[in-house]
Amino acid sequence: MDLFEYQARDLFAKHDVPVLAGEVIDTPEAAREITERLGGKSVVKAQVKVGGRGKAGGVKLAASADEAVARATDILGMDIKGHTVHKVMIAETAPEIVEEYYVSFLLDRANRTFLSIASVEGGMEIEEVAATRPEAVAKTPIDAIDGVTPEKAREIVAAAKFPAEVADKVADVLVKLWDTFIKEDALLVEVNPLAKVASGEVIALDGKVSLDDNAEFRHPEFEELHDKAAANPLEAAAKAKNLNYVKLDGEVGIIGNGAGLVMSTLDVVAYAGENHGGVKPANFLDIGGGASAQVMANGLEIILGDPDVKSVFVNVFGGITACDEVANGIVQALKLLEDRGEKVEKPLVVRLDGNNAELGRKILTDANHPLVQRVDTMDGAAAKAAELAAAK
Amino acid sequence: MAIWLNKDSKVIVQGMTGATGMKHTKLMLGDGTNVVGGVNPRKAGQTVDFDGTEVPVFGTVKEAIEKTGANVSVIFVPEKFTKDAVVEAIDAEIPLAVVITEGIAVHDTASFWAYAGKKGNKTRIIGPNCPGIITPGQSNVGIIPGDITKPGRIGLVSKSGTLTYQMMYELRDIGFSTAVGIGGDPIIGTTHIDALAAFQEDPETELIVMIGEIGGDAEERAAAFIKDNVTKPVVGYVAGFTAPEGKTMGHAGAIVSGSSGTAQAKKEALEAAGVKVGKTPTETAKLAREILSA
Repeated sequence: MDLFEYQARDLFAKHDVPVLAGEVIDTPEAAREITERLGGKSVVKAQVKVGGRGKAGGVKLAASADEAVARATDILGMDIKGHTVHKVMIAETAPEIVEEYYVSFLLDRANRTFLSIASVEGGMEIEEVAATRPEAVAKTPIDAIDGVTPEKAREIVAAAKFPAEVADKVADVLVKLWDTFIKEDALLVEVNPLAKVASGEVIALDGKVSLDDNAEFRHPEFEELHDKAAANPLEAAAKAKNLNYVKLDGEVGIIGNGAGLVMSTLDVVAYAGENHGGVKPANFLDIGGGASAQVMANGLEIILGDPDVKSVFVNVFGGITACDEVANGIVQALKLLEDRGEKVEKPLVVRLDGNNAELGRKILTDANHPLVQRVDTMDGAAAKAAELAAAK
Repeated sequence: MAIWLNKDSKVIVQGMTGATGMKHTKLMLGDGTNVVGGVNPRKAGQTVDFDGTEVPVFGTVKEAIEKTGANVSVIFVPEKFTKDAVVEAIDAEIPLAVVITEGIAVHDTASFWAYAGKKGNKTRIIGPNCPGIITPGQSNVGIIPGDITKPGRIGLVSKSGTLTYQMMYELRDIGFSTAVGIGGDPIIGTTHIDALAAFQEDPETELIVMIGEIGGDAEERAAAFIKDNVTKPVVGYVAGFTAPEGKTMGHAGAIVSGSSGTAQAKKEALEAAGVKVGKTPTETAKLAREILSA
């Protein structure tokens, strides 16, 4: 889960990483009181989860409370690279900036550990610095158990060649940033820029944090951080039912079991679609291992409720999942929707293999639903589903 | 032969007395796996009856090894306790720990992986969030259905559980030496490369099927390894060509970040290393079949 800047700022503050005061608002008028409290001037910053907002006009200085309200009015509702601005942060204006640095901690998948990236050339995208001046970027592996001790922090500072007068201060920020990374179960904590200001202090002026969704079991507060406004309504409905669903932009609704098989199903449908007017998968939906008839029915309800869906492909290889449960789920879901008075008109192509496949196929054959057809190979079923979507 | 698991493997189950552990211990025993004990400190000294097979419960992994000579542990404990369970297995120096649990925080995996390194990597870790490992006809550790296929000459390594089953099913008449599900988390213990190296050395394995998916660069690294070290034919499949950028597709590690981790890049890397890559699981199986019948 990627956080907004204001959420990252709050987490930094919680772990004593030096930040400027700032509050998030969603109505322009609220900017007035905050700006007055900040001494009559502020920075109005669009809260969007995409880079380059400054260039897009999403960050403005306000010299008075009235101006802050005006700038907030301009920025709220603005579109930045396809992201609508629903919130702005009213932040304290930064003291005079002397230098801008970059520091981050992140997961290093390839080496199965964590990594520190640091540079004295901050303020721009680190990928850009790494591409043009690789020698200005210091990467230091961090042992997951030893973590970032003051010695390790000094090693990072030395590797990135921070100026002597800020070395201790940057090292201190690194230890606190690591604390944020570990205690918040983050996949990324990034400060860019970490600014040296005229007084000699270093302050985190902007930051990015991404948290590990799998750690939610020990962080009930993660729930509050989810961006409910941005969630696609179908994705939100699926999440409420604990379904692993991602909305895509095609026409063939997909349900399967296991992340790998479902990803593969999307691909196979897209290939088949090349022969049928370019139809594509409408979603990713993994009902998981050992899914019950109820889970299957919940999934089907979401898919059939998607107006973009023209046909549905249910692709199950039963490992732990029993195909008879899946078949019962399909029959139940169709009955439930029809009982509710909703007219189901979208054809379903079902392929069942593996655990109890014969039993599952028989249930579908016996139910003899006019919209459901069985195709017993994955490629054949994908072609059928694509053909039906194209014909609609 | 096969790799890492055979009929002589003595298996203990950490978390055997939980609902998932009970269900799969029963299935593993049914597939002929030599399950010699369970571990649960609160139920130590008890035995559990699985259709007439009495399996003792021990208080610790160490005790289970001392009393049974176990050399494999399979871990079904809930995600909150998985890190401690793996650390216990590492401390007991069990040669193989198979971590089935899904939804483990990546900081926990990073931590037990670092711990295994500090202890000299005496324990091979498979997983987490994986279906396990099966040597058909000999032993089955984890949740892979034991009745899909038979012993044979194909070695399989896969990030995905259901694609493992699908591929075993497609090639069920030829059969498998060993199939390993390594899991789709961002950090995993055993990698594609580890399995490729082991299959290369295994005289029973004639061909290797390697299944990957979007995210990270494990497939690219495996491709480089194949080029330099693997002389047996390798057939590959990569899932996730249609996955959008920045969205996690079910597995915590299955995400395309910017331009990195794409299925296309993985396919190209594998092909450049001489691996035949199928467009669909069925086509991949066909490629394997053609090579073996040539």
